[in-house]
Amino acid sequence: MLNQYYGDYITVAVFVAIGAILVGGAVAANRAIAPRAPGGFKDVAYESGIEPIGGGWNQSHIRYYIFALLFLIFDVEAVFIFPWALQLEFFSSIGSGLTVLVEMFVFVGILLLGLVYAIRKGVLTWE
Amino acid sequence: MTVSIADWFKETANWVFILLAIPTLLGAWRTVTSNNIVRSVLYLVVSLGGAAAMFLSLGAAFVGWTVVLVYIGAVIILFLIGIMITRAPLGMKAELSHASNVRMPAALLSLSMFVLVAWGLIDAFSNTAIEPFEPTPTSDIANLIFSRFVVPFEVVSIVLLAALIGGIALARRDDGGGA
Amino acid sequence: MTVTVTWYLVLAAALFSMGAAGVLIRRNALIMFMSIELMLNSVNLTFVAVSKHLGLIEGQVAALFVMVIAAAEVTVGLAIIVAIFRFRSSANVDELSELRG
Repeated sequence: MLNQYYGDYITVAVFVAIGAILVGGAVAANRAIAPRAPGGFKDVAYESGIEPIGGGWNQSHIRYYIFALLFLIFDVEAVFIFPWALQLEFFSSIGSGLTVLVEMFVFVGILLLGLVYAIRKGVLTWE
Repeated sequence: MTVSIADWFKETANWVFILLAIPTLLGAWRTVTSNNIVRSVLYLVVSLGGAAAMFLSLGAAFVGWTVVLVYIGAVIILFLIGIMITRAPLGMKAELSHASNVRMPAALLSLSMFVLVAWGLIDAFSNTAIEPFEPTPTSDIANLIFSRFVVPFEVVSIVLLAALIGGIALARRDDGGGA
Repeated sequence: MTVTVTWYLVLAAALFSMGAAGVLIRRNALIMFMSIELMLNSVNLTFVAVSKHLGLIEGQVAALFVMVIAAAEVTVGLAIIVAIFRFRSSANVDELSELRG
């Protein structure tokens, strides 16, 4: 069991290593091969046309934050659903399946109240 | 405890630990010291990824993948959006840190904390037996959550609900006044 | 001699110290939050390492709950930073002296 577990992750490690080599190799090859001539008009945002005024760093709308927030909360919810889904069959085989089912429905139900709140406050509308 | 360095490097587990510890520590170090706030977030990803791999190497697969799912997948997104909204200052002259007269005592303080805690830990755990880390099946965690930890589990949903409502109420632009 | 639980605990202590240094050194509230995440993660590492050492699973469940609390904390904390930013146009903590008596 022990070697099986770590053996499985060797595959993952190999893939991570290949990914790192691919990206690192591409960046290094770019560094090595590409000609470089810094300065001059290369630093302006547009090489032709009017020079931009002000910064390019605009404030994003708060709406994005609220969607990310909702995603995070329901992501955490999903984390608890995974082990539940894995063991529901086992729990029902020892006769406590209904209890565990209700437990999860209470959990999801409480979080659905939050979704209802978000909808009622109108933060989910994208105008 | 008379072991040579060469013996130490014969063990695969030691290699794995060192290989995972280096990016974890380096990522944490750069998160704290980087002058660019976006880079700081990305180094945090490296550090958390290393920590997740560390959990896997400890045999705690579920915790490790939860770190990937929750931290790297969601919390980092929240940080990046937070940076976009607060228009965090970029570039070398961005004053992200305190002046050096504050930095030095702070660094010394945390260094001394590390030395103290590490010394205590090594003192307390040095004579423990060497144990292989058996993988924990996710089903065991599920059995524990849904039997003994049911009440904390339900309370968690209320905490999440409070966070959700609090976050929306704070971040939402008020209909009336507000700036 | 292989890796024992001490190694993991010392690593967690190093991560925690770095996070603490980050909270003390940084002025930007977002980076301070990231440092707090580092500290929470190092505590999780401690939980899991010790739970492995003792052969118990409770430590891993505790780590899961810590992660949930961390997620909730980030949600509300960043919302507070965003709300403050709307009034102060700055995310630097030493410019926030509203609560000074």
